Amino acid sequence: MSRTIYISLLSALFLAQQCTAAAPLSDTRKAEIGHIVQQDCGSCHGLTLKGGLGPSLDPARLKQYSSGFLETTILHGRPGTPMPPWGALLTTDEIHYIATQLRSGVWYVP
Amino acid sequence: MSHNLIPLKRCLIALLSLIPLLAFQVNGCEIRGTGDLGIVIERASGSIQVINTSQRESLGRIEGLGDLSHASAVFSRDGRYAYIFGRDGGLSKIDLLCNNIVKRVIQGGNSIGGAISQNGRWVAVSNYEPGGVRIFNSDSLELVADIPATALSKEKYSRTVGLVDAPGNRFIYSLFDTGETWVVEMDEEKPPTIQKFTDIGIQPYDGLITPDGRTYIAGLFGEDGLTLFDLWNLEKGATRILNHYGRGEQKLPVYKMPHLEGWAQAGARTFLPAVGRHELLVINTGSWDEVGRIAVHSQPVFAMSRPDGRQIWVNFAFPHNDTLQVIDTQSLEIIHQMQPGKGILHMEFTPRGEEVWVSIRDKNRIDIYNTETFEHIKSLPAETPSGIFFTHRAGQIGL
Repeated sequence: MSRTIYISLLSALFLAQQCTAAAPLSDTRKAEIGHIVQQDCGSCHGLTLKGGLGPSLDPARLKQYSSGFLETTILHGRPGTPMPPWGALLTTDEIHYIATQLRSGVWYVP
Repeated sequence: MSHNLIPLKRCLIALLSLIPLLAFQVNGCEIRGTGDLGIVIERASGSIQVINTSQRESLGRIEGLGDLSHASAVFSRDGRYAYIFGRDGGLSKIDLLCNNIVKRVIQGGNSIGGAISQNGRWVAVSNYEPGGVRIFNSDSLELVADIPATALSKEKYSRTVGLVDAPGNRFIYSLFDTGETWVVEMDEEKPPTIQKFTDIGIQPYDGLITPDGRTYIAGLFGEDGLTLFDLWNLEKGATRILNHYGRGEQKLPVYKMPHLEGWAQAGARTFLPAVGRHELLVINTGSWDEVGRIAVHSQPVFAMSRPDGRQIWVNFAFPHNDTLQVIDTQSLEIIHQMQPGKGILHMEFTPRGEEVWVSIRDKNRIDIYNTETFEHIKSLPAETPSGIFFTHRAGQIGL
């Protein structure tokens, strides 16, 4: 019985994940996220993302990291540094979107 | 002949009527005191507005100041010039009467604020990149001293934070990466002397000096407690205060580092924003023991005392940065709460505190409130406003 519950829970989780992954971010939400990155990430990384208390998010520098590493960093933060975990405020899809955008450099002001 | 006189007469009358205007303007600069002036940082557009707190109006905008995220300002002792410290290492000297940039230098790659010396001769800037402090002649903005912080590697030096001025023409600041506090003493005749205190705590993230200029306190991000220096007895070195604060408790994620600059001293009590907690710390001024905590809306960023010490105004970190709370310092109770809009980044009281100016970044405006009735008096448009700085800071130690 408990095994059935476990399996159905797992399937439910899997489905939920698939569903969220399937739903693309709306343009409104993308704009909001862009604003959060510039203004709120910007309070440590700089409005131009050239760095501050937090390191520079220059796409040339970010190339050395995998997208997975960036996503883990945003999701869980970096213990021992001021980088906080953002998992409570952003979904994994949103974090994936942020990591992709950061690597492409669209928010970076050279 | 006479028909030529009429236009001349009209011309003279027109010229005479301009005299009152000319009396207040010399080369486009106003002849007036600066005690009720100030500036508002427009962080995203790299501009500032010069404002007047008596008329509650903007006197104009000055552009071309670079990246002003986290920008701050100090004032010359005559209150005429503002020194703006930009994130991109820009140091700009602004003339509030002429509404222009007198001088601007890019002194570093990445900066985090500055201070002006007791005698007004020197302006110091705290840099993340290259890590260290640079000191300039406040008149010419020429470099007087370059003081790199402790090296972390061949190219990297510790980031410097919490730079303040102290009596005796001293500048005090802390080193984030290496856990030190340095005291630099300036002298007209000889090079500056530097006193270094090591092992003051893990990751000092900001510093403050008490309004009497006696006590420097560094907030620590990497561990519990705060580090204190008694500048009257500096030979005693660093003292740890509130050492047990938060021990064993799970901290919340910190989405925005609190500021200590706006810390609040109200009589026997001092109020500090706690790091990663929905609390203000109440500590006993002098003995520096914790006497209480006040539960607030979210993680506080600034806790600022009204000049008479009767109220503390608190703003909060993302995602709760749409709220302001006001605490009565006698009852320690929250007596007012308002939600004027997202992105409340800073507050500044008029010199004697009857009004407060609040920057609301996402609404692109400054709100002015009566601090007694909390009535909204006026709003002024501003582009993503952040720091608000009034000239009365010119006469205050540490501001």
